[in-house]
Amino acid sequence: MLRFIAKRVLWMIPSLVVVSFLSFVLIQLPPGDYVTTYIATLAASNEVVDINTANELRARFGLDQPMIVQYWKWITGIVLHGDFGLSFEWQQPVSELIWERMALTLVLTFTTLLATWAIALPIGIFSAVQKYSVMDYIVTFLSFIGLAVPSFLLALVLMYIAAVHFGQDVGGLFSDRFMNEPWSFDKIVDMLGHLWIPVIILAVSGTASLIRVMRANLLDELSKPYVTTARAKGLSEFHLLMKYPVRIALNPFISTIAWLLPNLVSGSIIVAIVLSLPTAGPLLLQSLMSQDMYLAGAFVLLICALTLVGSLISDILLALADPRIRLE
Amino acid sequence: MSEAVLGPIENKQLAVASQWQLVWWAFKRHHLAMAGLYITAFLYLIALAPGFFATNDPSAQNGRAAYHPPQSLHFIDTAADGSWTIKPYIHASVLKRDPQTLAAIFTEDTSKKIYLQFLGSGYEYELFGLFKTRLHLLAAENTTQPIFIFGADRLGRCVYSRIIQGAQISLSVGLVGVLLSLTLGILIGGVSGYYGGRIDFVAQRAIEFVLALPTIPIWLALAAALPHDWPAVLNYFMITLILSLTGWAQLARVVRGRFLSLRTEEFVMAARLDGASEGRIIFRHMLPSFASHIIASITLAIPAMILAETSLSFLGLGLQPPSISWGVLLREAQNIRSIATAPWLFIPGGAVVLAVVALNFLGDGLRDAADPYNK
Repeated sequence: MLRFIAKRVLWMIPSLVVVSFLSFVLIQLPPGDYVTTYIATLAASNEVVDINTANELRARFGLDQPMIVQYWKWITGIVLHGDFGLSFEWQQPVSELIWERMALTLVLTFTTLLATWAIALPIGIFSAVQKYSVMDYIVTFLSFIGLAVPSFLLALVLMYIAAVHFGQDVGGLFSDRFMNEPWSFDKIVDMLGHLWIPVIILAVSGTASLIRVMRANLLDELSKPYVTTARAKGLSEFHLLMKYPVRIALNPFISTIAWLLPNLVSGSIIVAIVLSLPTAGPLLLQSLMSQDMYLAGAFVLLICALTLVGSLISDILLALADPRIRLE
Repeated sequence: MSEAVLGPIENKQLAVASQWQLVWWAFKRHHLAMAGLYITAFLYLIALAPGFFATNDPSAQNGRAAYHPPQSLHFIDTAADGSWTIKPYIHASVLKRDPQTLAAIFTEDTSKKIYLQFLGSGYEYELFGLFKTRLHLLAAENTTQPIFIFGADRLGRCVYSRIIQGAQISLSVGLVGVLLSLTLGILIGGVSGYYGGRIDFVAQRAIEFVLALPTIPIWLALAAALPHDWPAVLNYFMITLILSLTGWAQLARVVRGRFLSLRTEEFVMAARLDGASEGRIIFRHMLPSFASHIIASITLAIPAMILAETSLSFLGLGLQPPSISWGVLLREAQNIRSIATAPWLFIPGGAVVLAVVALNFLGDGLRDAADPYNK
């Protein structure tokens, strides 16, 4: 088991290197750089910047060096000093801007993952046991719809219903009076009161697909002879179900975290933009639009790295649950 | 579905049926999938000739009709003497201003009817981009009269006609994107599965890596890199290319799995002993036997592409107006104030959901039918 974990963790290193390089190349791609955008913004308000000032600015931000040098400076700064560079737009170190947002993103994603499981598991079991019943058809139909509705559309519709019928604003994660407050117990309670809306929106598509996975797995198991044997021996139906088939059907369920997680993270970005949550999404979009490269790069890097770590954890969990995987 | 009964089809027929016939028979028994097939075919028909199905010019602005609410379509016309005929019409609408806020208020004038005509003549458009025509499925008898079945947006453009027009881009992005990722997927997955060994190991790690990445931040970063002044067609192809850059991994995985399982089959060995070239073994012997699986996987990949394009355009990083796609249309519904005044701006979302559900049903049915021997 330890061997498996060690091997899997070692594999993370090249992946992380590739991810860091990828994020850096991605944010370098747009033609021009921050200075070009900056000059364009100034030009819009009738201020002219001459070439010399522009070059000075470039030299100050290190934008005149070859890309590989810039990458090396960037990544060593992050690994050695936790320094993500300077956000051009905010004129602040990136690390001051991102941590709270990343932490909230993590809270949102993790809560959604738990919610997805908590909803999908019982419904999936029910749907398999009551195969071809009216409820099963309703669940199947709803889960197909849930798969098809883009999460941002769901967020918009919920916002519309809340605003028009209940006169409430569902955007954000905090009430106005907690917005700029330091963290306190009251603030956390306030956050939990707001958190459930994005969590439900995000959980819908994941839940829909997990219900289908669970139903299919369990249906396979339920027709196997050992179930009949257990039933013939007089085990109560509930006990029988929970003790054997559900446990086996859970296996592929764990492995789905690996693909559920990237989808969840992707979805959370769009939903956060629509609901203007103080998570990574809106700031990432804004920084990409204004070519604030270090800020955008830090977000892309951290989001991708976190997702990779998430799939590592799910792999380890799977290996714990299923000995066959360790021996492969 | 485990029952091996194929209904009225005779066993003799079954014995000589080709694989595609078996797939088709298995598929036909799947009612939801058949419904998905019909809806998908209909949607792509609309995408092929949007001008014919539209009622107004999708780009025409109308200052007097900003946020015009949807007008309901009546089909049965009753005359004053109680007799009735089937003739579609809508009630004329009257524009009034609220004296205090100056907001536009549209009221229906039930005494005035605007008659519509099937296959009538409306605005001029190009059919298939080839020849100009004025023929429309439904057009007002008085051609100057706009019809707003799904209402109008902020600039008074007809939402219905724009959805119809948007089908063209939204549905074709799915197809083109999937074809691009299929090419990549078959190439990488095929090579990996066919040769195995070290190549397979490297390709496998690459696939796992791409699958573990969250797509949206990468798409956003790539799409933000596209210059805003590029022509619409180039922009369109770049967006589909971006979407397929991460979409290939799923398909490559399917192709690899199939190749691995077929590699050891006797008929492949026989072909090899016969001295067939690598290319011939792959394309003549192996490909036909898993083509149905591939088709099922692409059908399931198209809706994902459609959703991706919609999300990107919705965020303003995908296709740019004046291009019309469902995502671009949903951008109009982005802030709470405009959707509170005009909830019909959500309707393009309905089109997205319909297309995705239909394609999912179709793909699910195809996947179940893809392996007729397993039944």
